[in-house]
Amino acid sequence: MDFSAIDWTEMWQATKDTLLMLGFSTLFTIIIGLPLGVVLYIFSKSNSIVLKFIYRVLSLIVNIIRSVPFIILIVALIPVTRAIMGVSTGVEGTIPPLVIAAAPFFARLVETSLREVDRGVIEASYAMGATTMQVVRKVLLPESLPGLIAGMTITVVTLVSYTAMSGMVGGGGLGDLAIRYGYYRYELEIMIIAVACMVVLVQILQMLGDRLVIYFSRK
Amino acid sequence: MIQLTNITKVYGKKKKQTTALSELNLHVKKGEIFGVIGHSGAGKSTLIRCINLLERPTDGEVWVGGVELTQLGKKELQQHRGKIGMIFQHFNLLSSATVYDNIAFPLTLRGTAKHEIKRKVDELIHLVGLQEHQSKYPAQLSGGQKQRVGIARALANDPDVLLCDEATSALDPQTTDSILSLLLDINKRFNLTIMLITHEMHVIQSICDRVGVIHDGGIVEVGPVTEVFLKPKHPITKEFVNRDSIGGDDMKLSELRSGQQWTRLVKITYLGAKTYESTLSQVVRETGVDFAILQGEISTIKDTPYGKMTVALKGTDEAVQRTILMLKEHDLDVEVME
Repeated sequence: MDFSAIDWTEMWQATKDTLLMLGFSTLFTIIIGLPLGVVLYIFSKSNSIVLKFIYRVLSLIVNIIRSVPFIILIVALIPVTRAIMGVSTGVEGTIPPLVIAAAPFFARLVETSLREVDRGVIEASYAMGATTMQVVRKVLLPESLPGLIAGMTITVVTLVSYTAMSGMVGGGGLGDLAIRYGYYRYELEIMIIAVACMVVLVQILQMLGDRLVIYFSRK
Repeated sequence: MIQLTNITKVYGKKKKQTTALSELNLHVKKGEIFGVIGHSGAGKSTLIRCINLLERPTDGEVWVGGVELTQLGKKELQQHRGKIGMIFQHFNLLSSATVYDNIAFPLTLRGTAKHEIKRKVDELIHLVGLQEHQSKYPAQLSGGQKQRVGIARALANDPDVLLCDEATSALDPQTTDSILSLLLDINKRFNLTIMLITHEMHVIQSICDRVGVIHDGGIVEVGPVTEVFLKPKHPITKEFVNRDSIGGDDMKLSELRSGQQWTRLVKITYLGAKTYESTLSQVVRETGVDFAILQGEISTIKDTPYGKMTVALKGTDEAVQRTILMLKEHDLDVEVME
């Protein structure tokens, strides 16, 4: 083992890339996944046949996306990525597939969290004359906040491992570094350091998520 | 205040249909406390949920405060629901909001101004006696305190009607009584119409003016509490009355008879001021009949004192007949037992 040969500039660049990918993909995953999760929940509870049908369709799409391995998704989405970002490679080229893979996953977690909200509280809100939008904003989301944060934590941690595959489109980042040097070139030292960085990153994220869950739990 | 006309509620589709309510009619007067009592599964929960249309009846009309709710659109219904407060067995408070925010919740739904919310919430917190707990979360409160928050929340929009869905069923007897007296206090202070459902006779006896007995999706008996409880007609009502021993559990006639040579056994029931009069002793002094009280109960229903007792009369046939007649003349309710 010789750790002296490690190019720390490259390691730092990879860390920055990973954080950048994580940051943006998390942001867009929330922007898309949260409303999608709410819609899934509301439609699944609806009495309307039309909405129930839309729920089935959405649910099917979500399941399909979740079944496709990320590595295949990233390649299959190259045209889509190019249309959205203008490029299909690099950090920018990784974000759309990351979001498309993670948003349905997060949406399911949101749906599950919302289901946990006490039915009686929702009923009481309707009895007080709340609209569905008010119930979502003032009841469902605040009441399920700890669950939503826990779901978010799981999603971000999943995203960390997804970013490792971004090397397929030259996305860079720690995971890519570990695969390129460690797996393809047997440069064990770089792989160990890169993986260690990811372990630390995941630990920090999980701890942060757990702290927030505790902070917002009132039960 | 509340008028239900031919309410039918059917659950399920086609083959698996169950009828929760069938052609039920009910009228609740303004300012009264009306109780509905029934076994679980009799349809009480469905009934109270039909009043603010949390459950939409399959058929029939629901009128509250002169408005036919069943005819309203979504927006108007949401408006009107604000005027119907509701409290629940399991309180149904927002666990993520403080006591203050829970009470403020219905006001925020209507976009009430901040200072107005503060004024109202402070007033309500005071009314239910939770001043020291306003920054606490529901998980930090006892059951009774949670229900007080529920009551304050239900009153935030100055409702015309308060619906209580088994509001004391999850509470211990002492807490139940404190919540009941709070409800009674609110009823008197704001002349608020209260409709409650319960399976506990005690609740009806303590605070209700009138009672309806629900069985198999229909109201089988309705009237002033004193009347329904002292002279129950329907078997289900009798069952409730006897089980909770309000007005006295009837002893078996054979037990009363055993070895005794009484001329007549009579059941005497009286209400109100008569409870304090010495009618019985006056009458027997005059007719020369002996009596023994075999069984009896003197208590109050809400604020009305009542008495109900089984009395054995001994004397000549004629004297006993005269006694019974005179008791009736004094407006006591006398029932001769065979």
